[in-house]
Amino acid sequence: MNTLSQKPERKPDLLVIKDLVKYFPIRGGLFKRTKAMVKAVDEVSFTIREGETLGLVGESGCGKTTLGRCILRLVEPTSGSINFMGQELTELRPRAMKELRREMQIIFQDPIASLDPRMPIGNSVVEGLAIQNIGTSKERFEIAINMLRKVGLEDYHARRYPHEFSGGQRQRIGIARALTLQPKFLVCDEPVSALDVSIQSQVLNILKELQRELGLTYLFIAHNLSVVEHISDRVAVMYLGKIVEVTSRKELYLNPLHPYTKALLAAIPIPDPTIKRERLVLKGDVPSPVNPPSGCRFHTRCPFVFDHCSQETPPLREVHPDHWAACWLVE
Amino acid sequence: MSANMKVAELTGEEITIQERTPFQIVMMRFRKHRLAMAALVVITLIFMLTLFAPYLANFEVTEISVGDYFLPFGAVDEDTGRVHYLGTDNIGRDYFSRLIFAGRVSLTVALISVLISETTGVIIGAISGYYGGALDNVLMRFVEFMLTIPSLPLLLIISSMLLANEDLIPIPAIVLNTFGKIMLLNPRDTRSAVLIIMVLAGFGWLGSAQLMRGMVLQIKQQTFVEAARSLGASNTWIIFKHMIPNAMAPIIVSASLGLAGYVVAEAALAFLGFGIQDPVPTWGNMLSATQTFMMDKPWLPLVPGLPIFICSLSFNYIGDGLRDALDPRLKM
Repeated sequence: MNTLSQKPERKPDLLVIKDLVKYFPIRGGLFKRTKAMVKAVDEVSFTIREGETLGLVGESGCGKTTLGRCILRLVEPTSGSINFMGQELTELRPRAMKELRREMQIIFQDPIASLDPRMPIGNSVVEGLAIQNIGTSKERFEIAINMLRKVGLEDYHARRYPHEFSGGQRQRIGIARALTLQPKFLVCDEPVSALDVSIQSQVLNILKELQRELGLTYLFIAHNLSVVEHISDRVAVMYLGKIVEVTSRKELYLNPLHPYTKALLAAIPIPDPTIKRERLVLKGDVPSPVNPPSGCRFHTRCPFVFDHCSQETPPLREVHPDHWAACWLVE
Repeated sequence: MSANMKVAELTGEEITIQERTPFQIVMMRFRKHRLAMAALVVITLIFMLTLFAPYLANFEVTEISVGDYFLPFGAVDEDTGRVHYLGTDNIGRDYFSRLIFAGRVSLTVALISVLISETTGVIIGAISGYYGGALDNVLMRFVEFMLTIPSLPLLLIISSMLLANEDLIPIPAIVLNTFGKIMLLNPRDTRSAVLIIMVLAGFGWLGSAQLMRGMVLQIKQQTFVEAARSLGASNTWIIFKHMIPNAMAPIIVSASLGLAGYVVAEAALAFLGFGIQDPVPTWGNMLSATQTFMMDKPWLPLVPGLPIFICSLSFNYIGDGLRDALDPRLKM
């Protein structure tokens, strides 16, 4: 846990994302012409280092999930580059992509929908190995059973169907399924937001343990800042398709630079009524990603807005060593 | 509170919860559907009758007892002492023997038609829904176009064309042999039965293709499909391992309702004289051959009419029962 108290050695980059863009067309009318674009992810760049957990936070609808799915090419990015272990993912042919999928997996937000209701969970866990044609069916089954044990389930559970499990158990099955291929990189797409608070910590601890044991790298998508603080080494904050701030967890929580990050942190409830703190309340709703505001996308809600904000988009700059922010106020 | 629970409470015995597979759950719920269970029993009985027809029939199907026309139920053949359970028809053939052999032909035609049409419908529907886009448009507009055509006149035209020209569609000998053995027919009559199956199935897959497409569109949105894709699954894998198993419930229901439809459709074709021709009995052509005696000897058309009615009704009830058992929400 306390790796950050010492000066952490900078590990090699596992995933480098550059100017990633994903626009979803809105089609309509007689000839299905593209009427507008939903700018879900708009020129996002960041890196994830080997063995670390990068937390990705932001309000709902800001493009976190789309970003996670673009990285795995479950959604084809519109443009930009995704470099994973030295390979450019966006240019990979299907066969090579299938091969590379062994190295990168995803766990989903909804543990009910992410398991096939007509498949015993043993088969679900084994599925990756079967698709990738690894080992004999007996070997596969052994790997799957081992994985189930690792996430705290029993052998006899393998024969059961998803509806026979609780939410937490299902999420652990989802983790086991993702890990049977022994990936290096795991996208955790809000893995605990659908769970009970008591179960959340259980699943988070399993994720942490597995990370230590298997040397995994996580992209941890969440909207709960406390969860992100608990699990992340570094945190990226997203607003309306753009990353506005990236830095180490400690730096972010102690010294947030971007006004949006400040507002988010101010909104974390503290279970102590005697503590008074400066309140920074955002007004209004998140603007539509179909028609994002000009310049800095946050300028419509920013308490510190000035003229320049609406004219030019602030770039994501390294303000302090390893602390990146996209705001004109930060120098 | 049930007695078992009380015993468990008093003795402090551990209650083990039995694990049930989805199939067991479905069977359990199906058994609670009385009408469907009764229908299943009736259908099984009719199947047994037709299956053991060669052993149960007293007479050959084409055997004519000269002079013994319109014999009543239970009449005894004077020369051989064999019983005409259901009497004889207008040209002195044993009605019971013809009826059960006819069932063999009618039910085989219905079953095979359902099998072919549902399989085709499932595959085409799955492809159409899964790939979407232009392919989906072309396939579904074609299906809709076909559905707008009133099928009976078209069935009549096509079947009369096919039945008249032997060489129009060559049927492999192996198919003829297999079906010949099932229906106990000679190759010539088997050929017309196979053609009827093709015609019926050729129109029957349209509905199930639409049904399957709808199911696939719905399943496609589910996260487990995305999970499979992230594991590297190909489209074929996803369609066969995830789409089809998950869409099976309504397909099974539509198949059992389809059976009822095919029994009636085959009878209708035969009744209008475009199906399998007379020396070979089917429920439909027995009905059409005896309809002229409707007024003075009403049992003659009633005897073949009744199994058509019963089968169609039973298949419908079984379909209802399966629908409720497979998915209680799936009320069509």
